[in-house]
Formats: sequence, structure tokens, C-alpha cells
Amino acid sequence: MWKFLHRLSSLKYFYEWSGKWVPWLLGLTAVLMLVGLYWGLLVAPADYQQGESYRIIYVHVPSAWMSMFVYVVMAGAGFVAIVWRTKLSEIVVSECAIIGATFTALALVTGMLWGKPTWGTYWQWDARMTSELILLFLYFGIIAVHSVIEEPRTAARVASILAIIGVINIPIIHYSVTWWSSLHQPNMQLISKTPSVHPSMLYPLLVMATAFQFYFVSLLLIRMRNAILYRERITNWVKNSLARD
Amino acid sequence: MLDVFLTVIRRDLLLAYRRRADLMNPILLYVIVATLFPLGISPDAEFLARLAPGLVWVTTLLAALISMESIFRQDFEDGSIEQLFLSPHPFSLLVLGKVVAHWLITAFPMLVIVPLMAMLLHMPVQAVPVLWITILLGTPILSLIGAIGAALTAGFRGGGVLLGLLVLPLYVPVLIFASLAVSAAADGLAVSGQLAMLGAGLILALLLAPFAISASLKISMG
Repeated sequence: MWKFLHRLSSLKYFYEWSGKWVPWLLGLTAVLMLVGLYWGLLVAPADYQQGESYRIIYVHVPSAWMSMFVYVVMAGAGFVAIVWRTKLSEIVVSECAIIGATFTALALVTGMLWGKPTWGTYWQWDARMTSELILLFLYFGIIAVHSVIEEPRTAARVASILAIIGVINIPIIHYSVTWWSSLHQPNMQLISKTPSVHPSMLYPLLVMATAFQFYFVSLLLIRMRNAILYRERITNWVKNSLARD
Repeated sequence: MLDVFLTVIRRDLLLAYRRRADLMNPILLYVIVATLFPLGISPDAEFLARLAPGLVWVTTLLAALISMESIFRQDFEDGSIEQLFLSPHPFSLLVLGKVVAHWLITAFPMLVIVPLMAMLLHMPVQAVPVLWITILLGTPILSLIGAIGAALTAGFRGGGVLLGLLVLPLYVPVLIFASLAVSAAADGLAVSGQLAMLGAGLILALLLAPFAISASLKISMG
């Protein structure tokens, strides 16, 4: 297994190896997403309080989960990048930042769209929304690092340190914001008291969550392959493999 | 080891003392910003008193951020950081010395000026000591976290704005607990919980930040 990991850290080997996986992953993503959307949007029953508007959770909740999951992946890759200085993990850090920021923005936007019919306002300084917004700022910071620092390897190492600090800080930020909002807005308790979800709504949600996971992995691989081609553009293997296609 | 640590602090304090006219500038900025709030919002005393904890702390956050940019810049350009790195002593201890010196120079004067600002903003008298304690506990955290950002951006053009983007989201917990403590004190409520959280944050930052700062400086040096 170590031998395989070692070989995988070679950009050329990874490029060829991941090329075989991308179509399968994309296919699986498409199937899961279609099943999940059909089940969630058409089959699952309407909520007795919120009616049809609750159905946005089939996009909102998986995006919110992914926004945090991607951050953890990024920090893990950042740790590897700092300790072993592998180029591949540096690429993971750089690419995760953009994907993660997109998931976070998607979670915020879908949350706002849901908030308008349900709470009567697009934005509330509710604990979860606020900490999600701060998470988006953390992602923006890491993306900004890549635009300010031109040398990609240095930028990735700076981003790695930030990702690791962020992972320590996110729970602290989350709990401080929770405490802050519970002291300032006791009337918002109604959202945290979500009734446990009925299986008929839960299963399509889990399918969508799995679909989002596969979507993330496929997107990450595609982005990484592009980044590898760009970084290694002066090498012969890139020229040869592009000439072959 | 303590000797080296103190030597670094003494050197930075001496350098700052030689240019002591610069020392007043952050304080002046702090006071001027505080005067802008009544002008921009309302001179109404009750209204200002409600906003005062947040206003003082947001100003502190920004003042800390602005001052952070200079912490490593000069030493980075003249090569002193590299010399510190090459010395046989633990690098993280030496950079901690630099952060302590920087805190003494920039944040310590805030402790003097903050009661004045609180009065200007009509903060209730019983909240002022608590405000003072939150500044005492909170600003070292700001310095330690800010120093990580400053270390990461020291070697690059356009690092100044980037520093704000990187560091301000990480300042959120300090802002929340500090201004909650001051608001609670203004309402006559207990504040020990919030102060304990700030203290815990300070200990955590003191333990972890020096390593992050030294790792970041190593990256910036290339």
C-alpha cells in the first residue's frame, strides 16, 4: 500500500491513474443525483408545516455538509503538504479551496432562498448562518493567497498553514457564534428545534449527500488533472500525452 | 533560554524607543476613529452606551490589524529574521519574544487610552474595568493570531490587504467574547464565563501560535 501511495505522489502517475476513474465517478454522480432529486423533489411527501419549500434541503443540507467536509480534507492535505512536501497534496489544498468556497456559497444561497418564505427574511444573524458566512470568508482568504502569491508551491504552503489554523479555529468560531446568538436572539430557538426527520424524507437526503460526495471527488480529480497539466506544462510527458489526445 | 527571549524583547523595545514619535500614531488613530462614531451614528448618550462595547472592540480589532503589518516587515527586509532563524536557540521562542515586544509597544498603550474612549462613548462606569480586563486578555490573542498572518504575508507584495482577509475571520471569537463580557457588565450581569473563555483562548494561542508563526516565517523565507 505504501508503495502505491508513493507512486501516486508522482504527478505523471496520478494523472494517468485518475484519468481512468473520472468517467466512472462522474457517471455515479449523475445517477445518484438524478435518483436523489427525483426521490426528494417528487416522491417524498411535503412537509406539513413548510409545504413544498422545505425541498430545498435536498441541495442545502448536502452543500452545508460538504462545505465543512471539504475544509477538513483541505486541512488534512495541508498537513501532508507541510510535513512531506508532496506536490500532489499541495494541489489538493489549492483546488479544495475553490470547490469548498462554492459549496459554502451554495449552502448560504439556498439557505437564504429557504429563509424568505419560511422566516420572512433572506438573512438572519442566526448562529449557523453566521458561522457558515465566516467559513466562506476563511475560504476566500485561502483563495486570495493563491492570487497574491505567484509562486504556486509557496502559495500552497501558505494556504496549508492557514487551513490547519482554520481547522483548529472553526469549532471555536462555531461555538462562540452559537453562544453569541443564543444570548442575543432567544426567539430563534425554533430552527434549532427541528423535529427528527422522517425516513421518507431522510433517505433521499442521504442519497443526495452521497451524490454530493461523489460530485466533490470527481470535481477535485478533474481540477487536479488540469492543475497538473498546467504545472508540468514544460515537461515532455505532458506534451506527449496531449499530442496523443 | 529566558535570557535570549528577554534579549529579543529588549532589542525590539529599544528599536521602538529610538523612533518614539511613531509610537503615538496608532493611539491617535484609535482616538480619532472613536470620535467618528458619535459623528456618524448619533450623539445620543443612551444609544451610544448600548453600542459602546462593540464599537470599542471593533476599533481595537482594526487597530491591532493595522499594527500587525509592521511586526516582521523591517526585520524581514534587513535579514534579521534569517539571523534569528540561524541562531542555535529555538526559533519559535525568539519569534514569541518579537510578538511580546510588539504587543507591549502597540497594545499596551491601548490600556491607557481605553477608559477615555469608554467615557467618550458614555459607557456605564461599572463596565469600564471589565473592558480594561478584556483588552488585557484579548489583545495578546489578536497579536499572536495576527503575527501568524503577518509571518505568512511578510515576503509578498500586496500582503497588507491579504493580511486583513486572512486574520479578521480568525478574530471573531475574541470580538464575541470580549464585547459580550463588556455588554454583560454594563447590564450588571456576571462576566466570569466570558472572561474565562478569553483566558482559555489566550493560553491556547500562547501554546500553539509560536509554532505556527515560526513555520510561516520559514515558508516566507523560502
